[in-house]
Amino acid sequence: MTCMTTLSAIPKALTRRRALQAPVAALASCALPAASAQGAPPSSAPAPLQIVGPWEISGLAPASSGHVFTRMQVTETLLDAADDGQPRPALAQRWRRSADGLVWQFELRAGARFHDGTPVTAPAVVRSLQAAQVAPALLSQAPIESITAPDVGTVLIRLQRPHTALPALLAHSSTMVLAPASYGADGKVRSIIGSGPYRIAVLVPPQQVETVVFDGYDGPRPAIAAVRYLAASRAETRALMAESGQADLAYGLDPASLRRLRRHAQTPAAARRAQVRIESVTLPRTVIVKHNAGLPALRDVRVRHALSLAIDRRGIAHALMGDETLAATQLLPPTLGAWHNPHLSPLRHDPQAAAQLLQAAGWQRSGDGLRDPAGQPLQLVIRTFLDRPELQLIATALQEQWRLAGIAVKVSIGNSGDVPLGHRDGSLQLALAARNYANVPDPTGTLAGDFSPTGGDWGAMGWHSDAVVQALHALMRTNPSPERARALRATVTQALQTELPVIPVAWYRQHVAVGQRLAGVTLDPLERSYRLTAMEWNAA
Amino acid sequence: MKTTLSPSANAYAAFSAPWAGLLLRRLVQVVALSMLIGTLCFFMVRALPGDLATRIAAGRYGYDLVSNAAADAVRAELGLDHPAGLALLYWWRDMATFNLGQSLVSQRPVWEEVAHHLGATLHLSAAALAVAFAVGLPAGLWAGLHPRGWVDRATWLAAVALRAMPPFLLSVLLILVVAVQWGFLPAGGGESQASVVLPAITLGLGLAAGLARVARAAMREVVQSPFFEFARTKGLSDVQALVRHGLRNAAVPVTAYLGVQALFLVEGALVVETIFAWPGIGHALVHAVFGRDIPVVQGTALCMGLMFVVFNLLVDAACLALDPRHSRKVAR
Repeated sequence: MTCMTTLSAIPKALTRRRALQAPVAALASCALPAASAQGAPPSSAPAPLQIVGPWEISGLAPASSGHVFTRMQVTETLLDAADDGQPRPALAQRWRRSADGLVWQFELRAGARFHDGTPVTAPAVVRSLQAAQVAPALLSQAPIESITAPDVGTVLIRLQRPHTALPALLAHSSTMVLAPASYGADGKVRSIIGSGPYRIAVLVPPQQVETVVFDGYDGPRPAIAAVRYLAASRAETRALMAESGQADLAYGLDPASLRRLRRHAQTPAAARRAQVRIESVTLPRTVIVKHNAGLPALRDVRVRHALSLAIDRRGIAHALMGDETLAATQLLPPTLGAWHNPHLSPLRHDPQAAAQLLQAAGWQRSGDGLRDPAGQPLQLVIRTFLDRPELQLIATALQEQWRLAGIAVKVSIGNSGDVPLGHRDGSLQLALAARNYANVPDPTGTLAGDFSPTGGDWGAMGWHSDAVVQALHALMRTNPSPERARALRATVTQALQTELPVIPVAWYRQHVAVGQRLAGVTLDPLERSYRLTAMEWNAA
Repeated sequence: MKTTLSPSANAYAAFSAPWAGLLLRRLVQVVALSMLIGTLCFFMVRALPGDLATRIAAGRYGYDLVSNAAADAVRAELGLDHPAGLALLYWWRDMATFNLGQSLVSQRPVWEEVAHHLGATLHLSAAALAVAFAVGLPAGLWAGLHPRGWVDRATWLAAVALRAMPPFLLSVLLILVVAVQWGFLPAGGGESQASVVLPAITLGLGLAAGLARVARAAMREVVQSPFFEFARTKGLSDVQALVRHGLRNAAVPVTAYLGVQALFLVEGALVVETIFAWPGIGHALVHAVFGRDIPVVQGTALCMGLMFVVFNLLVDAACLALDPRHSRKVAR
């Protein structure tokens, strides 16, 4: 009897059991390759150079993600820029400007080829530049009459009026040159076919790019054969990837991770773990407080100076940016050589002077802070955003320093778009941002936008100075002599220092964690390139 | 006389009715859920503070280039000035043709984006489930068979600790110990096969903690039941009784518990995927919400909803297959 029951139960039990076994087996098979991959023997070629950064590939349009591809040296722009912003040849090996400054002629490098094997021709360049004339691509700022190709190796740009910043605009990643085959029938970019020393091997938006050396490049062959880029949105992840040896270059480190990495590098006990060193470069980027000078409280320049005097810049720079020399003494940092004015009296920290200025401006100290004669408290909201890890920390430090001065400030953390939006609808009171004055290598255009008569999305609000506008106009439109240019720049920097249409807080230093196996690492202060072609593997 | 039917016909009769009912119910659920999720997402994203065009421009061009000019260009290109209802109507129309639309930020078809992220999330979820099974089940079963033994106490302690620990803390601890100190596994990214291990362990351990406790309770109940007692009285050894009568009975509550825990997987994935830079759907959803990329929010939320339904369907099916009482009851 027992035997009978077991036998009759077998077929049914088996089908059910099989049905139940299948998903379990499937689960196990998912986990298995992962386990076996760890034991895979390393191949003889070094693993690709791994870069990790915060910048995602949000679409293939050059204005969105061109910077990813120019930095990885997949695509080239017509012109390049030296560290000080001076134009340098790139796809154009020579260029010249007509005497009236209206016609610019660019001669292309004869040996340049796209990654699909076709030569880089003037019509291809014209097509890319024309596509880059649409906002927000920066070439839309230039008064361009026409872009033409008189012959296969020459590009001609005619302007409506002189624009000295044109070479800088032509070095911006949104003007990168793509092969005609990159564009789809609708004119949108479908694939990235550039002309740089590396070509795309794998592209998985929004996070991953892999490149290999392009054999048809007309320059010297790079020592690093393959490169990977990964976008990781959390700063801790990027630092840990560098620390574990997974990433060779980690960009965008948060202050806490930076301190930990430095400490590990210095402590002998942790020497085994200290696989990374930190490379730094000062960027032409300044942490600023943008403010609405149209507000009754901020219209008074004394209040703006009081806000500035209440800021302990050295403390912020030391504690939150890891280097107290980054405390801003004026808006434009020393890296912007021509624009940094050593004759200005530096911004300083002086709470007593701040209190006196506020009192002179009619603000009375009461138990819970400052009040105007009508008894209204001095309360402001500062907006900032998450894209740079230290901004929120600096905002809370400012909140505390201003609280000590009697000014109640609320921190509102949102999206970077909230700042231009608040500028437009007038709702913005204060905003903390890291403004890049070298979006294009020459800051004149950026400054002219930020301090225009109507203000700028990331610059002045409710403030303008005719002297500044005229000086910037003269720098943009005419070709002044070096002495005259210096005087014009001094006019601008002097006005910005005395009027404080934006309050500078700190300059910026880019810190990159570099893995042990990498040599020849230099950082680009203009953030245009990872400079992979100059790197090599350490012999050890 | 149903017992006289051949085994296969018997099985068919027992399975078809509940299966058809189950599938039909779920299908109606899926359609209703899709429309509801898509519509809700639409209104939720539209109701969020901030200007839509400015947010999309920030998502597309980054904070160095976002400006009012960029926002105006985006507004004109995407027709964001049109009434909101019109956009929703278009979405409903597209849904009827299984078209999820185009991302407002990357301008690629949503389906392409979502498929890539969904694949990564399914991979991670399956690996996490495998970890949960491998760790939670044996511990729970052993604890159920040997109550108040040291394994029981240890799993209790571990379960409390793991359930109390937020996934982001566990992630960072695992990276610090395994990737940084021992140098074993990749700390982040999704490009190599080994990358899945740490996020899967993070998610899987949390799941295993609950699974072990439920498995213990289920096993305990089975061991104390009269039928188990009878199985041993009739002469089966402990192992035979466990394999023939114990495991399957204990499997029913454990499987049902997994259905409830699907939420844990989805919710945990949001955090874990971000920390490990895993290109999954939770990560995509967070970015789409920040960038106000409505079609991608709708698409990813839809996929997460469908994942939830499909997972529950699988759990229901497994329960049905495991528990013949249930199918007979429904068949009758």
